[in-house]
Parts: sequence; structure tokens; C-alpha cells
Amino acid sequence: MEMPPPDPAILARKAHLVARLAAVLPGDALIQDPRETRAYECDGLAAYRCPPLLAVLPRSTQEVSDILRICHEEGVPVVPRGAGTSLAGGALPTADSVILGVARMNGVLETDYEDRVIRVQSGRTNLSVSGAVEEEDFFYAPDPSSQLACAIAGNIAMNSGGAHCLKYGVTTNNLLGVTMVMMDGTVVEIGGAHLDAEGLDLLGVICGSEGQLGVVTEATLRILRKPEGARPVLIGFDSNEVAGTCVSDIIKAGVLPVAIEFMDRPCIEACEAFAKAGYPMCEALLIIEVEGSEAEIAHQLRLIVEIAQRHNPVELREACDADEAARIWLGRKSAFGAMGQINDYMCLDGTIPVGSLPLVLRRIGELSQEYGLAVANVFHAGDGNMHPLILFDANKPGDLELCEEFGAEVLKLCVDVGGCLTGEHGVGIEKRDLMLYQYTPRDLEAQLMVKDVFDPKWLLNPAKVFPLSISEDRRRAALAAE
Amino acid sequence: MNKMLTPHSEAELAECIAAAHAPLHIIGGGTRGCAVAGDALTTQGLSGVELYEPGSLTLVAKTGTPLAEIETLLASEGQRMAFEPMDMRGLLGCSGAPTIGGAFAVNSSGPRRIQGGAARDYLLGVRFVDGSGQVIKNGGRVMKNVTGYDLVKLMAGAHGTLGVLSEVSLKVLPIPEASATVSLAVANLAVAVQAMSAALGSPFDVTGAAYDPAVGLVHIRLEGFAPSVAYRQEKLTADLARFGTAETRHSSEALWQDIGFVAAFAGRVGDVWRISVKPSDAPRLAPLLGAEALQFDWGGGLIWALTPEGADLRTCMAQAGVMGHATLVRGSGETLATLGRFQPQVRPLEEISKGLRQRFDPRGLLNPGLMDTASMTPGVMG
Repeated sequence: MEMPPPDPAILARKAHLVARLAAVLPGDALIQDPRETRAYECDGLAAYRCPPLLAVLPRSTQEVSDILRICHEEGVPVVPRGAGTSLAGGALPTADSVILGVARMNGVLETDYEDRVIRVQSGRTNLSVSGAVEEEDFFYAPDPSSQLACAIAGNIAMNSGGAHCLKYGVTTNNLLGVTMVMMDGTVVEIGGAHLDAEGLDLLGVICGSEGQLGVVTEATLRILRKPEGARPVLIGFDSNEVAGTCVSDIIKAGVLPVAIEFMDRPCIEACEAFAKAGYPMCEALLIIEVEGSEAEIAHQLRLIVEIAQRHNPVELREACDADEAARIWLGRKSAFGAMGQINDYMCLDGTIPVGSLPLVLRRIGELSQEYGLAVANVFHAGDGNMHPLILFDANKPGDLELCEEFGAEVLKLCVDVGGCLTGEHGVGIEKRDLMLYQYTPRDLEAQLMVKDVFDPKWLLNPAKVFPLSISEDRRRAALAAE
Repeated sequence: MNKMLTPHSEAELAECIAAAHAPLHIIGGGTRGCAVAGDALTTQGLSGVELYEPGSLTLVAKTGTPLAEIETLLASEGQRMAFEPMDMRGLLGCSGAPTIGGAFAVNSSGPRRIQGGAARDYLLGVRFVDGSGQVIKNGGRVMKNVTGYDLVKLMAGAHGTLGVLSEVSLKVLPIPEASATVSLAVANLAVAVQAMSAALGSPFDVTGAAYDPAVGLVHIRLEGFAPSVAYRQEKLTADLARFGTAETRHSSEALWQDIGFVAAFAGRVGDVWRISVKPSDAPRLAPLLGAEALQFDWGGGLIWALTPEGADLRTCMAQAGVMGHATLVRGSGETLATLGRFQPQVRPLEEISKGLRQRFDPRGLLNPGLMDTASMTPGVMG
């Protein structure tokens, strides 16, 4: 993946920039030693690395505002960073950029059970938001796999989802307000504890804008009361097609489980070898979870089992207690770790209409043969968000490039059947150059216009989301204006 | 004499806008009371469902498609639009057929907002024509999509000021097998909000929480499979007993329709305000509004107020120090001109909104002034 070359004029002004930032930040908030800035050279897309010019770790909205104002005045690009768990390179720096990490801003500002909201600083990790309201049996619904580590700031930037968003929605459906700092240092408040913000839906466009419109420092999030209980059922099938049809039939029947997870044979085998969860060896496996009281769970599971039985499952296992439930989830939850033990892998994130599942899985299998790279599929089947994991060997010259080419073919396929390039990971640098496959230049121009309004100088995370050729004129114009 | 433009395809819509030289008043069904001066541009000619996949819970339709047509089609498969788009005809005293495009253009959300989300949360993709006559698409027809900026949300609730929607794709949901409403007689608004908060903070998946002060009743709606509804109704009735005596009704569709459409204010004289606040602020704010009638939805977070003509409720809110916003949904041309339909925004946000409008509609042709709180042009009742 290409990144724009660093601006030598900025590199030459490093000492000046350090002096200005040091005047407004405590000593430990400014990192300039190249041995230390290396820690910020990449995110979860570790194949691409570049240490930033500087890293700053502010503790307050005021410090964020000071940093952005100075960088704005100096014409220095800023790359916001949550916990650095992006799988798409969203937090990848350039050598002439400042990494603005919000990890130290991790406090809970207000918990309001009566209005069912929590206000947190954006560096707080996803899981610890739920942790903060657990004692009252509440939780924060979006649950990305990385929830132990990932920050709310990054969740907002990428509009993160998770296994349970079939019922509860993704970040944008659970975000009510933000405090955000614009690139020129202006602090804005959008929305709040009320359910709809006034005027244009700015919150809606900020969520998922990959840190290109502003730096969110505080967020008001919807919290929900935990259901009385939850229980999964595991169903094995002897073909992907049948499993896909079963998913469709369950949804059509009016059952809306909280999660429908799908694993194919290569994934089942890898997970079984790794986690020994006792999964059946079959072509496709569904894990379906429902919620409610004991009686409600039993009723829903009965309906699901009835539907599944029409499709001749090779295995059908209902969890009778918490221990069995944990065993059913064990393999699925360790899927990524299991694959990582076998090989290097690239995790794709395309979304397709649920009805196209069998077709897309078949085609991925054919592409796997053509490219000579193995693929394991594990994904959120209820909403069509696929996560094909393509295995490759990072030490073998050319293998990463081959894998990327294969990945691009799969994502194009997702678009061809009416889906999209990314369901919850974001574009970052990873899918940047495929944007023109899904959108026309005119469609992208409309998105660029939005960035023009929020960040006229194109300094916030400028080399992401859009193909470099498309954003080049704007990035250049910003530089020339300096 | 103002013209009426009726394009019959997206291409014709783009031609109409590209060729326009004077302000356009965008009309779906003409039932939302958002008329502005200018030539009328109606989406009536853009009608029809283009794709419906019940197993994928998605539907794609041209924006002039009447809501009623979509509701009938969905019902034939046991599905519905879960966001309960508001039919404003009764409240505004107008006729016409509400369209799917109009519902999304004003982000029209009903009582289920508290549980399932607003209209914008169900909008998966849009095609629209901006003020320069360019056709733009964003989003798609899948549930999860973070490919580029979410202009879908931006278009929902933009009241046609950033572009004219030509096609929408939306998420639909199954109609639950059963529903029930627990109605609770309470002493006052403060108790009502406490009861609604308790219900919404329970594990019983409440899909409606409203309070009608005229009869002193809190209504709590439950939906789902019959045994589940029965179970939760019983639990909730016991839980809420401390707030008042409860009664359950099993056929409550008309009740919730009346709540969602604010039927109680239909035909009554006065201005109608829609106020969005934090639910726990409602008891403090409501007595200060000087309203002739009030209705509370969204657990107290959505206040409908019928007031004497010309009352400025935004000043009441500011004086009470209550965060949120107030929309003047119905008012005379003069009141609308004085107070503005929408809550003015703080300066940096207003500048962002203005900047977006300038870029998407550089010639200022699309419903000009409708959302522009800084320089309001007089609105007329539609």
C-alpha cells in the first residue's frame, strides 16, 4: 500500500513543533525520541509500518484542542489513535505526522441509569464501558471482538459492530452525543443525553468517518439493561448452502436472535485443534444465541430447532447450562487466535445480502483454489457481514501481495452481489484503492466535500479512506497554502 | 405563477434540478408541513418498490412510493417498518399520501425510537440528486456498511436541503406475534417518568413508553412471541405496582398509533411544538411551558406541547437550563417567521451545517431557508 511521501519542510521543523507543543503539554504527554515513537508505527494491520514524527498523549479536551490548534497553524498532519487495534490501517502514521493518542483519557464522566446513558472519555476501552455499569446489570451493546482492548474513540471512528449487533445495532445506533475537537482547535458539542440531536445529523456522519473530521474526546452512549439470560444453540450442516438457507428461514419466521454466527469446515477444524471445544466435524456450523427469561429462551430455541430440523442438520446441540453455553462459544471466540497459530492471515470484512451467502462462499472456495491460498470463513451470518480469513506466509516473498490480490477479488465479489467492501472494520489504507469499485468518482466527491467542510486544510488522517489519486489535489492544495 | 415539476425517473429529476434557476420546494406526499416558496418539485413520478427480500429483511423503493403501498406489501410477508413513521395529516390538517422519501427526509420516528431506533437507523442506502444536478449514491442494501462516510444518516432528516432523494433502501423487521400494553394510573408527571424509567431500565424489552397527562395514564408496550409477552407483562405489572395500579390491554395498535401521530392535538387551535430532552428533565420543564395540552413519549424524552400562538418555548428551555431542542411543528406563517421552525444551533455547528449546504446545494435551490435557522425565510403551512 502506497502512502504519500513525507513533506521535508515539516520534517525540518520538528524542533520548532516540539517546542510549541511542549509549551502547552506536560512533559510526559509528548513523545519525540525515535526509539519511543516506534511504538506508534502501526496498528492491527501490522504489515505496514512507519514511525510518526511525534506522538502526543493528552489527558483532556483542552490539551487536544491546544495540540490540534498548533498542528493546524503549523500545517502538520495529525493521525488520531484510539487503542491502535484497527485492522485496516486507520491509525497508520506517515513520517511527517503527529500521532494523537487518546488512551490516557479513559475516565467515566457520568453514569445515569434513569436516562440510560453513560458519558465517557473516548480513550476508555469498549469492555470497560460495560464494566462501569455492570453492578446495576446494564451493558453497552456494540461488542467488537477486540472489545477488551479497543477504545470507544476507535469504535466511533470505524462505526464498530460485533457479534450481537443483529439485535442491538452498531456504534452509530448507540451513540447519542460527542464532544469533538475540530482540526483548528474549536471544541463542539453534538447531541447529548436526549435521543435526537437537532439540525443535520452530524453525529451520523462523524460516526464512521475514520478520524478524518475531528477528534472525539467524550461520548454519550446508550446503555441497556441486561436480559435475564442468554443461551446458544449449535447446529451443524453438511453444506454451506443449507446452513445459509436455514439462516434465511429463521429470519423470515420472525425470530430475531441476538447473534447468528457461521463457521465453515476449515475454520471448524482450526478452532477444534486449538480450543478443543468439541465441535462436530461438518461443512458448516451455526451458533445462534437467543435472550430472555428461561421460558422465553426455551420457546425461541424450540422455534429455531424446528426450522433447523427441516434442513436435516448433522448435529444439534442446545446448551443446558452456563458451562455448555461457554463451550459452544469457546471455539468461535478463539477463531482468530486459532488461525493465527496456523499461519499469518488477512481478515476480510465485506458484507453481502444474506441471500447471497451460498453463492459467495462457493466462489471464495474457487478463488482459494486458483490462488493456492487456504481460506477459513467465520462471520456474522444474520447481517451478512463476512470475515473470510486468508492464510499466507509473511516470510515467503510475494505471498502477502498474492493474498492482498485474492482479498481484493473477494471484496469485489461482495460488491458485485449487492454488498459492500467493509461492514465493521473500516476502509483505512487497506480498502482505500477499492473504493472506486463500489462508488463512482462523483459518489466519492460528495464524501470529499464533507471533509472539506470539517477539515478544509486536509490535515486529519489525510491519506486514508479515499484512493490517493482522488484525494491528491486536495492534500496538495493544503500543502501549497502553507 | 409557480410551476409544478414532476420527473418520472432519476435522470429526469437530475435534469430538472440542473436546469432550475429558481428555488425549488421539494414535495413527497406534501403531508409534512415543510412548504417553502418556489416552484414545486414532486417525487410522485418516482414510485414503486424495486426489490424486496423478506429473508434479508431489506426493501428498496423509489422515494415517491406511498408509505401505505409499502406497508401493505410488507404485511403480506408478516413484516413492517419498525420505526413507525409518523402520519402528520391529522395534526397538520392536510391531505395527501405520505411517501417513503418524505418519511426519511424528515427522519420521522415513532414510539419505538426508545428501543429499535429512529428512521435513520433503518435507512441502509440512498440515491439522491444534489443541488448541482449530480446523482450520488451512498450506503447500500446490507445491514452493516462502513465503506466511506455515512451520507445516508446525513440525508435522513436533512429535509431535502442537501439533495432530493430518488431511491432508498431500508431494513424491515418481522411483525411480532403478539403485543400488549400495560397502562398504569399515576399521580403526576414526576411519578410517570419514574415509572417509565423503571420499565425502560428493566430487562423486559419495552418498545413503547408514553404518558398522557389528560387521563393520567402511563402506557408501556411489550411485543414478541405470545408466551414471552405474557410473561413480561406479568413481571412488569408487579414491578410497576409501586407507581400505580395497572391494567393490561391486548389490542393496543390504535392507542400507539394515536400516540405516534399525536392525534390528541388534531383539530385543536394553537402552535404545536416537539421537544427532545433527557427524560429526567421533563418533570422540571413541562410546567414552565405554559401549554394547553401535553403528551409525553420516549419515556418522557419526547414532549409534544400545544401552546397559545406565538409562545417561545425555546426561551423556557434556556431559562430552565434544560439541554435539548424544540421544533415548531405547526404554527402560523408569522410565528414560524419569528421563531423559526428549528432550534438555532451554536455557531460552530451552524457553520458546519451551512458549509455542507453550500457544497451540496451551491446555488441555494433546494428548500432554501427551511433548515437555515440563521436567516429564516417565512414558511407556509402545507
